[in-house]
Amino acid sequence: MADMQDPIIRIENICKTYPGGVQAVNNVSLNVNRGEFFALLGPSGCGKTTLLRMMAGFEIPTSGTLLIDGQNMADVQPNKRPVNMVFQSYAVFPHMSVAQNVGYGLKIEGRPKKEIAERVQEALDLVKLGHLGGRMPDELSGGQRQRVALARALIKRPSVLLLDEPLSALDAKLREAMQIELVRLQKTVGITFVIVTHDQDEALSMANRIAVMEQGVVKQIAGPAELYESPNCRFVADFIGKINLFDGQAKANGNGKTLVETPVLGKVEFGGDANGPVSLGVRPEKVRVSREKPSGNLLAAQGPVTDIAYYGGYSKVFVDIGAKEPVLADITNAERSMGPGFENGEKLWVSWRAEDTLVLTS
Amino acid sequence: MALLSRLRARREPIGPLDYYRKLWLRLIMIGTLIFLYGPISTLIAFSFNDSRRNIVWRGFTLKYYEKALENDELIEAFTNSLTIAFFTTIVSVILAALAAYVLWRFRFPFKAAYEGAVALPIVIPEICMGVAMMAFFARIGWPSDLPWPLSLSQITIAHIAFSFPFAAIVIRARLESFNRELGESARDLGASEARVFWDIVVPHMKPGLIAGALLSFTLSLDDFVITFFTAGPNTVTFPVKVYSMVRFSVTPEVNAASTILIGLTLVLTAIALRLQNRNNMNMQA
Repeated sequence: MADMQDPIIRIENICKTYPGGVQAVNNVSLNVNRGEFFALLGPSGCGKTTLLRMMAGFEIPTSGTLLIDGQNMADVQPNKRPVNMVFQSYAVFPHMSVAQNVGYGLKIEGRPKKEIAERVQEALDLVKLGHLGGRMPDELSGGQRQRVALARALIKRPSVLLLDEPLSALDAKLREAMQIELVRLQKTVGITFVIVTHDQDEALSMANRIAVMEQGVVKQIAGPAELYESPNCRFVADFIGKINLFDGQAKANGNGKTLVETPVLGKVEFGGDANGPVSLGVRPEKVRVSREKPSGNLLAAQGPVTDIAYYGGYSKVFVDIGAKEPVLADITNAERSMGPGFENGEKLWVSWRAEDTLVLTS
Repeated sequence: MALLSRLRARREPIGPLDYYRKLWLRLIMIGTLIFLYGPISTLIAFSFNDSRRNIVWRGFTLKYYEKALENDELIEAFTNSLTIAFFTTIVSVILAALAAYVLWRFRFPFKAAYEGAVALPIVIPEICMGVAMMAFFARIGWPSDLPWPLSLSQITIAHIAFSFPFAAIVIRARLESFNRELGESARDLGASEARVFWDIVVPHMKPGLIAGALLSFTLSLDDFVITFFTAGPNTVTFPVKVYSMVRFSVTPEVNAASTILIGLTLVLTAIALRLQNRNNMNMQA
């Protein structure tokens, strides 16, 4: 992992209030480490793009400090910052050829023509567009235009590359290929990437660390696996992947154990100290479905199947155990057969291990 | 055979989108052509008529073109008009581009009022503008005995004042389709605000600039009312000259001069459209 002592971006207590009173970013503090692939994830309107645009210099924070590479960015114009950005619309200049687009930043720096030509070729080769330098942007596909935008932003060798929803305009197949491509690119150039996305799969598969945002506030910053397996609140648990939630009451018994009582699952004991209303959560792939009552240290309940949805590799089985919503279980179709072998209305047991259960206090 | 198949085609029922086969639409089309282009074609045709009067056709001649080109007063008026139009076009396109950019790019107090003030000359009756301009120049004592081409300065200033709002509106409309991320992207790559304007915004504005220039040029070239009021005693423009010639009689000489003007305008428009099309093709992305 990157050196925690040396963050390339330091954001301290940043707020952004728009005229009219909309608070887009509310007291956010976070560090982006040198060389990491960092994702800002959240639903639309959560302030992630505003935060990114503040790093680029297109929005000015109402309060708080932003340091990039140890330098305070308060009075630094966008064109003087050591960052470059890939825009959501790619913003490829339509009246310039691919090579002119990619070389634009160097031309402004006043580099000699020969150096520009060499570095443009290098940058285009990096994004596998080496043969298209002479094309005009309207002769390119969406994916190629994005590569032009990437090459153009990378050619100045910025300390940080900012990417604003870079894959949202691509179709599903291309998006998946680009995800892998971006990770490869980041490893090749060794530049810190900060990506904004609303797509949790994108964030989980690409980033080293992810900040999940909601309504201008960072809810949790963690690696992909930690975020998925140990979310710190209901919002994160629900936003990242699917989860079954059960409301209950917790009572700490004073010696590091907590007893949680829920109407459908009864009393279960967990580690930790919590009091008051909590939610128990379990991911659908950790729920097992069976006809006979399972034995062992499991949380289990019985009810009728309300729906079965077949997805090829797996099936989603919904079992109504009397909670607010039916319990969702993902069943892998591990053998060749016609679906998971259950029927609608059939009474089944759902069960999962106590250690696979999340206790969410907020 | 061809006739037979055409007759058969005629019998086919008129489809919902076959508007051109409906009688009422053909009538409107014919009416439009007659009233729009009938007078103009007659004017052009009679410029070649070998007769003092524009009533009967007496055979083909080019002598009225010769006469028009030998008429020093007419040529002077024509030169004046082109000179005024030239300077008006340049100045009003620059002013319009700047005004449009400011209105599009920045927020400032009383922006709406400023925007309205820019557009107002479009709706103010020309006669009022003319009188106001005349009174204004008289009031400030603008010299009227300057040597050519400065003698045209009053008319040129008046023309700029009434034609630049048209250009500004066209350019402003073009700017609406500008993707702001293009400007931000250039800025992100190190460009200053001024550099962004020249490298990114101006190329996008180009079709608007061309359209605005074309508008200013034609507005200036054929303006009569405002010119009539602001012209000094010794400056005559083409429309004013034609008016004074027609007061005696419509001679084929006027026809010939007008035909030359029409030809000139058509050529300029064709060039401008060509430039614009080439630009649009590059702007698709």
